[in-house]
Amino acid sequence: MKKISALDDLKKAGDKGWKSLFPGGVKILVGMATSGIASGAGEVYAALAAEIKKRKLPYVLAKTGSMGMDCIEPLVDIIEKDKPRLSYGKMTAGKVPDLIDQIIKGTIDKIKPVYRIDEENLIATRDKNHYTKGNVPEYLKEIPGINEVPFYKKQIKIATRNCGIIDPENMEEYIARGGYLALQKVLTSMTPESVIEDVIKSGLRGRGGGGFPAGVKWQSCRSAHGDIKYVICNGDEGDPGAYMDRSVMEGDPHSVIEGMIIGAYAIGAQEGYIYVRNEYPLAVTNLTKAISDARSRGLLGKNIFGTSFSFDIKISKGAGAFVCGESTALMASLEGKAGEPRAKYIHTVEHGLWDRPSNLNNVETWANVPVVISRGGKWFSEIGVPHSTGTKVFSLVGKINNIGLVEVPMGIPLKDIIYDIGGGIPGGRKFKAVQTGGPSGGCIPAKMMDLSVDFDALREAGSMMGSGGMIVMDEKTCMVDLARYFIEFLVSESCGKCTPCREGVRRMNDILHDICAGRGREGDVEILESMAKGIVDGSLCALGGSAPNPVLSTIKYFREEYDAHIKDKKCPAGVCRALIRYEITAKKCTGCGVCAKKCPTGCISGEKKKAHKINRKKCIKCGICMESCKFDAITVE
Amino acid sequence: MKKATTIEAKVKEIVKKHGRDKSSLIAVLQDIQEEYNYLPKEALLAVGEQMEVPSSRVYEVATFYNTFSLNPRGRYLVEVCAGTACHVQGSFNLMDRLKRDLEIECGETTKDNMFTLEEVRCLGCCSLAPVVRIGGNIHPYLTQDEIPRILRNYRKQG
Ligand SMILES: Cc1cc2nc3c(=O)[nH]c(=O)nc-3n(C[C@H](O)[C@H](O)[C@H](O)COP(=O)(O)O)c2cc1C
Ligand code: SF4
Ligand code: FES
Repeated sequence: MKKISALDDLKKAGDKGWKSLFPGGVKILVGMATSGIASGAGEVYAALAAEIKKRKLPYVLAKTGSMGMDCIEPLVDIIEKDKPRLSYGKMTAGKVPDLIDQIIKGTIDKIKPVYRIDEENLIATRDKNHYTKGNVPEYLKEIPGINEVPFYKKQIKIATRNCGIIDPENMEEYIARGGYLALQKVLTSMTPESVIEDVIKSGLRGRGGGGFPAGVKWQSCRSAHGDIKYVICNGDEGDPGAYMDRSVMEGDPHSVIEGMIIGAYAIGAQEGYIYVRNEYPLAVTNLTKAISDARSRGLLGKNIFGTSFSFDIKISKGAGAFVCGESTALMASLEGKAGEPRAKYIHTVEHGLWDRPSNLNNVETWANVPVVISRGGKWFSEIGVPHSTGTKVFSLVGKINNIGLVEVPMGIPLKDIIYDIGGGIPGGRKFKAVQTGGPSGGCIPAKMMDLSVDFDALREAGSMMGSGGMIVMDEKTCMVDLARYFIEFLVSESCGKCTPCREGVRRMNDILHDICAGRGREGDVEILESMAKGIVDGSLCALGGSAPNPVLSTIKYFREEYDAHIKDKKCPAGVCRALIRYEITAKKCTGCGVCAKKCPTGCISGEKKKAHKINRKKCIKCGICMESCKFDAITVE
Repeated sequence: MKKATTIEAKVKEIVKKHGRDKSSLIAVLQDIQEEYNYLPKEALLAVGEQMEVPSSRVYEVATFYNTFSLNPRGRYLVEVCAGTACHVQGSFNLMDRLKRDLEIECGETTKDNMFTLEEVRCLGCCSLAPVVRIGGNIHPYLTQDEIPRILRNYRKQG
């Protein structure tokens, strides 16, 4: 492969990428991220390939990552010359022949696209790509444009700019959308100091949880003594219920790599590591390919862009330990040790990996960097709100209609995310709270819906930004159970190095278990609160330091639920097994017998077409009867 | 003991691939586990010897990380996601159902060595919650009801 050593080479590679993005004729694009594959994208892809072959069509079939709207996966996009791009959701292999018919005939009949895209922004270059040149064919006018779809309307895509658009295995497509232009600019026209200055000016704060200003961290690492320095990418994504980093690593690996090369140049590092969570095999595959492609084109390795700057990246797979997302534990793990954190007063920017200056940033932080440089720190700083600039990617999951990944400007009101983007709560149930920040974060109750989603406002509300998990809960979610869930998680993930975390969190867990099991005693809440203080003050790392947050925030906003468990021995949400019972409403029961057939203990009985009964003694409260009743005759109390 | 010598040979091959530097320890163990589905004791001892790492260190690392198993596992690993998104969608009911249907506790292997039941914290498919991964395949939006049929299918495949 010819090395890319001048702007002209980059342009040529970009031109090739553009041809691959828009080959003319018909191109069919299948979203093949992990969640797409899990929803059946592989079968859809195979069916498309077979159909194209069978009918001998000159179509191009390609793969991409996820654009975010994961609740309608598998997604198939059709790109045709001078026509809007069309996105079809919930595709199946069975629908493929009809889809191909529609393309051939130029109609929309049996299957409707979810939306059309007439033009798209190339955020890295400020260009626009027009699919249609303004002429939307008559038969496509009734299809909503992507900007009219509430899910996408308020989003601004910077970190996820290429996800679901490019083939992550094709470096030239990344270049075609402005990729590696920032690196070229940095290496040929900027000093390391001016790069850092621009990143500071952008206000970019770390997206991994803490929100530390990225440029300031780079500066400290640059000033630290030592010839050998490292840059590290934190792709451990430990927050259970979050998958933003997976999506970026799988869907646009070069954005992370380019960010890291720029960071390495600014800091003066020669080697980089990407620490990827063990559960993400596709991310490892795509990153590995991207690194090897970048190396073969001279964008990694010796003399990048033909300059004197050399830098290379290695991938390291995690082995399933939440604490390894913490910076010092992660570095211990990279050294091949058990991932135990160490005291914070030794700064990793001076003494990190192998005791050398090391700069760690999160996947999303790195993915933002190329755009910060191409468009300038000032441009970036104008997005969002003054102390939280730019955008944040959230994984919007749980009890919400539009489940998926969203990238929104910082400072957006929470209610816009829940109701406009998320489309509200399914089943007409009531929205109760949203959990952010994972096990270190907390819950924000429905009454605080106007809250601005930024680093500082979330912290003031008793939660935190975290890495971007946003789990929506409705009236059927028990907040005491949720607190117990997180604490149990932390008990199993505490590395055990220091006592307040190892023992204290365990004691909190015992108390919460008792409360959920109906053995709660008056005064338990107060004990939890005072233990929380001790754990926060006495723990070595932020795992222990923030462990009580989920408990404290649920006590703060949902005290009445604790009281109901402790005093009335009731679980208002109907979750805690010891405190609930399933009941058949005789009036509604048609006697269809479905529940009796499904009940694993056979404790439901009754005559055909007559109301049934549950034998409480044998009921194990698995809830399958309620799930399977078509007449809403079964309730939980 | 013929088996031990083959394990030793395999470990040698894996150590050679990753290099003997101590930082490769986790990667070496990951490959061993991939090969055998768990970390056999002979393999751990061989790793210590070949990488010149005390076996106590090897053991520490092998027990610290959740992905490593010191016990043989069944043909299919059944991983119930207990991430937050799956938890609020009732994944605990799936775990209970699997325990009952497989007649084992979490962490155990069925008598016929077909299934090992484990819990994982988020598979990154939170949009499809609740999910269970069986033998590497993700089963999205899983309900208790579907479990018997799915298990039967895997049993049939052998
Ligand atoms: C227990 C614990 C787990 C963490 N897990 C992650 C993680 O999975 N991913 C991540 O990027 N940061 C995680 N962090 C934050 C990192 O320690 C670190 O602050 C971050 O990766 C720095 O990058 P940033 O400044 O770009 O955010 C975790 C911190 C703690 C205390
Ligand atoms: S606070 Fe917990 S996780 Fe952190 S070092 Fe102490 S014991 Fe380990
Ligand atoms: S919470 Fe289950 S896949 Fe993420």
